[in-house]
Amino acid sequence: MSVATQEATPAAAKPAKKKTKRGPEHRPGLNRWLPYLLLAPAVLAELLIHIIPMVVGIWMSFIKLTKFFIANWSAAPSAGLNNYKVALDFNNAVGEGLLKSFGVTVAFSLITVALSWVLGMAAAVALQPPFRGRGIIRTFFLVPYALPAYAGILTWNFMLQRDTGAVNHVLNQLHLSDGRTFWLIGSNALVSLIVVATWKLWTFAFLTLMAGLQSIPGDLYEAASVDGAGNLRQWRNITLPSLRPVNLVLVLVLFLWTFSDFNTPYVLFGTAQPPAGDLITFHIYNASFLTWNFGTGAAMSVLLLIFLMIVTGAYLLVTGRRSRRA
Amino acid sequence: MRETQGFKIYRGVVLTVLGLFVLVPLYVMITSSLKPLKDVQGAFSWWPSNLTLAPFVDMWKTVPLARYFVNSTIVSVSATVFSVAIAILAAFAVSRFRFRGRTAFTTTVLSTQMFPGVLFLLPLFLIFVNINNSFGLQLVGTRLGLIITYLTFSLPFSIWMLAGYFDSIPRELDEAALVDGCGPMGALWRVVLPAARPGVIAVAIYSFMTAWGEVLFASVMTTEANRTLSVGLRQYSTQTNIYWNQIMAAALVVSVPVVIGFLLAQRHFVAGVTAGAVK
Repeated sequence: MSVATQEATPAAAKPAKKKTKRGPEHRPGLNRWLPYLLLAPAVLAELLIHIIPMVVGIWMSFIKLTKFFIANWSAAPSAGLNNYKVALDFNNAVGEGLLKSFGVTVAFSLITVALSWVLGMAAAVALQPPFRGRGIIRTFFLVPYALPAYAGILTWNFMLQRDTGAVNHVLNQLHLSDGRTFWLIGSNALVSLIVVATWKLWTFAFLTLMAGLQSIPGDLYEAASVDGAGNLRQWRNITLPSLRPVNLVLVLVLFLWTFSDFNTPYVLFGTAQPPAGDLITFHIYNASFLTWNFGTGAAMSVLLLIFLMIVTGAYLLVTGRRSRRA
Repeated sequence: MRETQGFKIYRGVVLTVLGLFVLVPLYVMITSSLKPLKDVQGAFSWWPSNLTLAPFVDMWKTVPLARYFVNSTIVSVSATVFSVAIAILAAFAVSRFRFRGRTAFTTTVLSTQMFPGVLFLLPLFLIFVNINNSFGLQLVGTRLGLIITYLTFSLPFSIWMLAGYFDSIPRELDEAALVDGCGPMGALWRVVLPAARPGVIAVAIYSFMTAWGEVLFASVMTTEANRTLSVGLRQYSTQTNIYWNQIMAAALVVSVPVVIGFLLAQRHFVAGVTAGAVK
């Protein structure tokens, strides 16, 4: 079914596009340059803040950029592939730290994305049929997303304190623990990170999936009901396939966001991160700004970029191939 | 979907569990902001037994919160204004003109959204330091540097969403304006923009939220003079004391405007996200 719509759309869209071509472009001269003029500010801003720094960053990863050369970086000596060798030598401290941080980040991202998606889907489906109070609940669920990230994380930081926090208090009252658990240091740090990140992220999954559900025609469900399909089967055979394009984008975006999450560890732990909560962005940040070794930091950033590009590329390739087969 | 008994139970369970998940931190934030310092330094209690508004008064004195507020407001408002203006122009070009490099532009801009900030942070910091050294234009430790940086953060999403909005406005309207003697810019100003107002509002709120909540670049690019709220709130943790009640009060105060703005515009967001996801 999705194949049919994909084929239909370009064919239907083409004549409409042709018609507009006559629109503002029927006067040559200025109008030929106008679109470029309109784009110029955006291009300039993107160049200055994103493109040029990215190129500079790649170049930085090949030079020996320590704090002596910050003001006069063109004088920094070349390092060849040395920064990469240091970052990837898993037998020394720097490389080992990066590898561990990478492992923590992979675990953190996979669990957080999965949890956020499940919670978002559960809520979106629960709110699919209209009922009294639906609008209010929907709005309420969006509050964690609307809140400035640091405000929500600070609150969690307070709740996760060992002696004064709400989390230990509740666990103690429910007799699930003695109420003296450390959440922000030691091995529980990863659990804390996942809970806090999910708290904020699931509402975005919810928002997106809810929007996707609205575009599924109701008669599909009616027809399935007539055929005797239960709710669970309707979800599997109608909801899930219809949401496929939404899910493809959503999961990728969630993954890229969580993988480069900086706010959660930074606000939760400050600059003293526990090894179990040492997410990669935070690790690179500390490696660069605490030790002022920008060259190695830049090499780590480039490695992160390459990894994310490979994951994105592989993801698009696999999902693209599967949808063509379907 | 039919509302069977089973579905009603499912709905009840899901909404209760998730409702509590969302509610508890908000509740803790609000009630803790109403407790005296000794109550947040002892064991946690659900009910504030000594209600006080003192944290909302004291929070302005413990740290220079007013200054952080001014900094955040100036930075976020300026970044929003420039970002929206730039996005409107770019989206108009993408939506109404067919020109060479159009696809290259949209793909490049969208893909910059995907890359982690830490990638740009180090080089951008060095570029700013060097601009300062060669041209005397100070960008690290000033509001200007933050404004320039932040305005690009929301740009990709804004362009994408506005282009979608503009696409949905019938071109016959532009053409009518052109026939009436408007130039293309006049058509944008008099016809397209008024029709796309909900989209512009949604994009503006998104840009503001992005700038208001940014932590990573603020933690490197700010000094005491241009410190914004996102890093300023850390100052409540001193060597001797952590003023949790004031932190919660300040967090509440900085959140309220953004949350209200977002919730008012959420309809447009849902529309924008759907349009994007379906494309």
